[in-house]
Amino acid sequence: MNQMVKLPEVPLGDPVNVSRRGFITGAATGALVLGFGLPVGEARAQGAAKIAPGTRVPAFLEIRPDNSIRLLSPFMEGGQGIWTAMAQIVGEELDADPSSFTVENAPAGPDYLVVFGQMRITGGSFSVRSSYDTMRKLGASGRAMLLQAGAKKLGVPLAELTTEPGRVLHKASGRSATYGELAPHALDLPAPAPAQITLRDPKTFRWIGKRQARLDIRAKSTGKAQFSIDTKVDGMLHAAVQHAPRLGLLVGKVTNEAEIKAMKGVHSVHVLDGALAVVAPRYWHARRAVEAAKVEWVASTAPTYRPMPADFSTEAFAKQLATTQGKEEVAEAAGDMAAAFASAKVTLSATYNSQYLNHAQLEPPSATARFNGDGTLDLWLPNQAPEMFQAEAAKVAGIAPEKVKIHSPLLGGFFGRHFIYPHGTPYPQAIELARRIGAPVKLIWSREEEFLRDPLRPMAAVRFRAALDAKGLPTAIEAVSITEGPTEGIADKRGPKLDDSALEGITGKKYAIPNKRIAQIFVKSPTTLAYWRSVGNSMNDFFYETFLDEVADKGGQDPYALRLHLLEGNARLTNLLKAVVDLAGGWKPGPFTAPDGSKRARGLGMASPFGTETAAMAEVSIVDGQVKVHDVWQAVDPGSIVNPAIIEAQVNSAVALGLSQVLVEQAVYKDGLREARNFDGYSVLRPDMMPRVHVRIVESGAPMGGIGEPGLPAVPPAVANAVSRLLGKRMRKMPLGQIA
Amino acid sequence: MIELTINGQQQRLDAEGDTPLLWVLRDDLGMTGTKYGCGVAQCGACSVLVDGTVMRSCVTPLEAVAGRQITTIEAVEKDPVGSRVVEAWVKHQVAQCGYCQSGQVMAATSLLKQSAHPKDDEIEAAMTNLCRCGTYNAIKAAVRDVASQGGKA
Repeated sequence: MNQMVKLPEVPLGDPVNVSRRGFITGAATGALVLGFGLPVGEARAQGAAKIAPGTRVPAFLEIRPDNSIRLLSPFMEGGQGIWTAMAQIVGEELDADPSSFTVENAPAGPDYLVVFGQMRITGGSFSVRSSYDTMRKLGASGRAMLLQAGAKKLGVPLAELTTEPGRVLHKASGRSATYGELAPHALDLPAPAPAQITLRDPKTFRWIGKRQARLDIRAKSTGKAQFSIDTKVDGMLHAAVQHAPRLGLLVGKVTNEAEIKAMKGVHSVHVLDGALAVVAPRYWHARRAVEAAKVEWVASTAPTYRPMPADFSTEAFAKQLATTQGKEEVAEAAGDMAAAFASAKVTLSATYNSQYLNHAQLEPPSATARFNGDGTLDLWLPNQAPEMFQAEAAKVAGIAPEKVKIHSPLLGGFFGRHFIYPHGTPYPQAIELARRIGAPVKLIWSREEEFLRDPLRPMAAVRFRAALDAKGLPTAIEAVSITEGPTEGIADKRGPKLDDSALEGITGKKYAIPNKRIAQIFVKSPTTLAYWRSVGNSMNDFFYETFLDEVADKGGQDPYALRLHLLEGNARLTNLLKAVVDLAGGWKPGPFTAPDGSKRARGLGMASPFGTETAAMAEVSIVDGQVKVHDVWQAVDPGSIVNPAIIEAQVNSAVALGLSQVLVEQAVYKDGLREARNFDGYSVLRPDMMPRVHVRIVESGAPMGGIGEPGLPAVPPAVANAVSRLLGKRMRKMPLGQIA
Repeated sequence: MIELTINGQQQRLDAEGDTPLLWVLRDDLGMTGTKYGCGVAQCGACSVLVDGTVMRSCVTPLEAVAGRQITTIEAVEKDPVGSRVVEAWVKHQVAQCGYCQSGQVMAATSLLKQSAHPKDDEIEAAMTNLCRCGTYNAIKAAVRDVASQGGKA
C-alpha cells in the first residue's frame, strides 16, 4: 500500500446538500456555521458540477460564539492522533489554537475526498502527507474570510488587519473582534480565490511541528469516548451471530431451533448467508441463544467467495509455499544475475516463512442499522473509508448511495481491519436483520466470531539466493516470494500488474547491490486476506533484512558495516543508520554479558515504508526459552513532521505490534478450522513483554512520509538478527516462539 | 430482581443472576465506558472495581456482586485515587485508540488504592490488561508517576 491501491468507486461530482446547515450535522443551537462563500445559485452550479475536495470551508469548520471551533476530520481517528494533527494543520493557518478545537469524523461526501484530492481512505499512512497542503489552504481560506468579515465589522481597510489566535486585530486602533463574533458575518462573504490564499512561512509555525497534546485524551481516560460498539438508537434490538466454521458453508438445519426460540429474551432467529443470527432486546440473551444453537452446516452448491477447504492446515501450507515451483513474475530486476552467480566466490540460499495474523483490534466489530420512514438507511460502523461503505451498503440495502448515511464513531483500533472485506464485516448482516424485523438492529461480533471472519495478513515463503565476491560483499541478490498479496486477495482476482502490496519490502530496498531479481510465484491463500499495519512491509522487511545479515555472516562482514557500505552515497539513509546507532550509544552487536548477568546481543533492521525511512536496533536475551527484548531504538525520517509527541507514540505502538508479530503471534488452522478464536489461545504482546523504546526523529526535509505504519517493519528483523547473533543460529520464520 | 450498588446508586435490575455484569452495565444502565473485548477475562477492557478491587466484569455474574460496591469508569474521578490516575493518564498522554483505557485506568486505580507506592514488579504484576496500540510504556510511566506522589494515596 505504499502505492495507491485503487480508487474507490465514488462519484466525485455527486450533488450535495448545499444548505448552510446541511454540512454540519447536529450543530448546537445558536452555533453559527462559518461562511458559505458562494451565492446560492453559484453554489448550486458548483455542487452539481464538481466539488473540489477540501476547498469549502463550511463543510469542515464551525466557529461557535464562544470561539470554540468544530472541525470535521476527513480522516477517521483510531488512535493514530489524526484529529490532533488536523487541528494543528488547520489551526496553524486559520490562526486558532488547536486546543480550542473539537474534532469529529466527517460524514460521507465529496468535500472530504482529500487524499491527493481524489479519494478518501484512512490508511496507507496517507492522511497527513496526502492532505497537508489542502488542509493548510482550507485553514487559510477560513482566515481570509474572517479577515474580510473583520474589515466590514470594524470599518477599516482589509490591508490594515491582521490576526492573532482566535481574533481579527486592527493594530492601529487596538480594536479587535473574535472569530466567534465574526463567524456569522463571514457567512455571506465570498471565499477567497485560490490565488489569494497565502500560507504561513513554515519558519513561523506555532503549532505544526510542536508537541501538541492530543484532543481526545481526557474523553479516552474517563470512558466518555464513543465507539461504534457504544451506539444506541431508540427502539434498537441486539443481534449476535454464529458463523459457519468454514467460510462457504451454509446453514442446513438448526436441530434445536424450537429450544433456541424458547430461550429467555429471544425475539427471533434468522438464517443468514453463512451464519445464524439471534435477535433479542438484550445482547446477552441474543449471544447466549445463538451460541447454544446446534447448526448443521452444509456446503454451498453455488460458487462462493474463497471457500475454506476442509483439509486446510497452516503447517502444511507453510511447507507447500516453501517448496512451490512455478511461474516467477519479476517485479524488480537489475544487472546480469547469471554472470554474477557464475563469477561468485561464494553463494548462499535460504528460505523464510511468515504467518497469518489477525488484526486483533480491541474493539470487536459491530454495525447498527436503522431504516427510516423516508427510505433512507442510517448505519453506524467502524470504517476507514465512509464513501466506500456507503456505496457497498447501498448495494446491500438496494437503495441509492445518497440514501445511506454513514456514521463513523471513534475506531477502537484498526490496523487495516476496517476496509471493505467480503464476508469480513458485520454491516450486511445488520442491514438484513434490520430489514427483516422492521426495527433498528445493533449487531456485535463476539471475539470468537471476529477471529473466525477477520481477514488475515498473508502468509508467505521467500526463497533467497545471494552471490558474494572475494571480499565477502554481495554482488547479487534474488528473492522469490511465494504468496498472494492482500490487494489481489481481497479482490479475489489478479490485476494486470503484480500486486505491490505482496512484495513491498523485498522490493524498494535501497542497498547498492548491482544485480538483483525480485519475483513472485502466485499461490492463492485458502483464507481471506487483508491489509494489516504496514501491509507487505510487515513481513517483507523481516525477510530481506534478516537474509542480509546472513549474507554478512557468510561474507565475514559486520552487519552494520555492510549496511553502511551498501548505502554509500545515500546520505539520507547513512545518516539515519548512524542516528539509530548513536541513539543506542554505539554499535555493540555482542553477544555480551549485561550488568544483570544475562547474555545479550543486538541486531539491526532498516525499512523504507510509506514514504518514510526507518532504522531499528533491538537488544535481546533468552529467558526460559523465550526471547526477551530489553530495548528497541528506532530512528525515523518522515521528511518533515506535524507532531513529534504523536510520532513517538506511534513508533512505540508500531514497535509493540512488530514485536507481537515476531515473538508470539500466529493464526493457526487445522482441518479447515481456526484453532484459537480468542486471546486465551491467540497470543498478542502482553505488557510484561514490552521493552523500553527509544525514538529519534530525523527531519531530512525530504517529501513528507507516513507515520502510523512505518515504525513497524524494521523491528522484526532487528529482533531476529539479534537472536540469531546471540544463538549463532539463523532465525528464518515468524513467530520466533519457543527457542529450543 | 437483583439489587446492585453501582457508583453509589442503588439499582434494581430485572436480569438473571448469571448475566455478566458487563452487559448489564452497558445495555441496561447505558454505562458504555466499560468495554467488551474478549468475554473470557483475557484482555481486561471490562475492568471495574468491586469493593475497591479490580474485577473483570465480562465473567462476573450479577449474583456474585449483589450488595457489593461497584465502581465503573464513569465514577472513577469521584475516587481521590482514581482522579489522580486520570490526571496522570492525561499528563502522560497515554491513550491512543482509547478502547482499553477505561479498563487500564480501573486496574491502575485498584492497584494504587491498595498500594500507594507500588514498586515496578508490583506494577507489572497488577497491570496485565492488553493494549493492542502498545501504550504499555506510557501506562507504566503514568502509574509510576502516581506511585511516586507524596503521602498516602
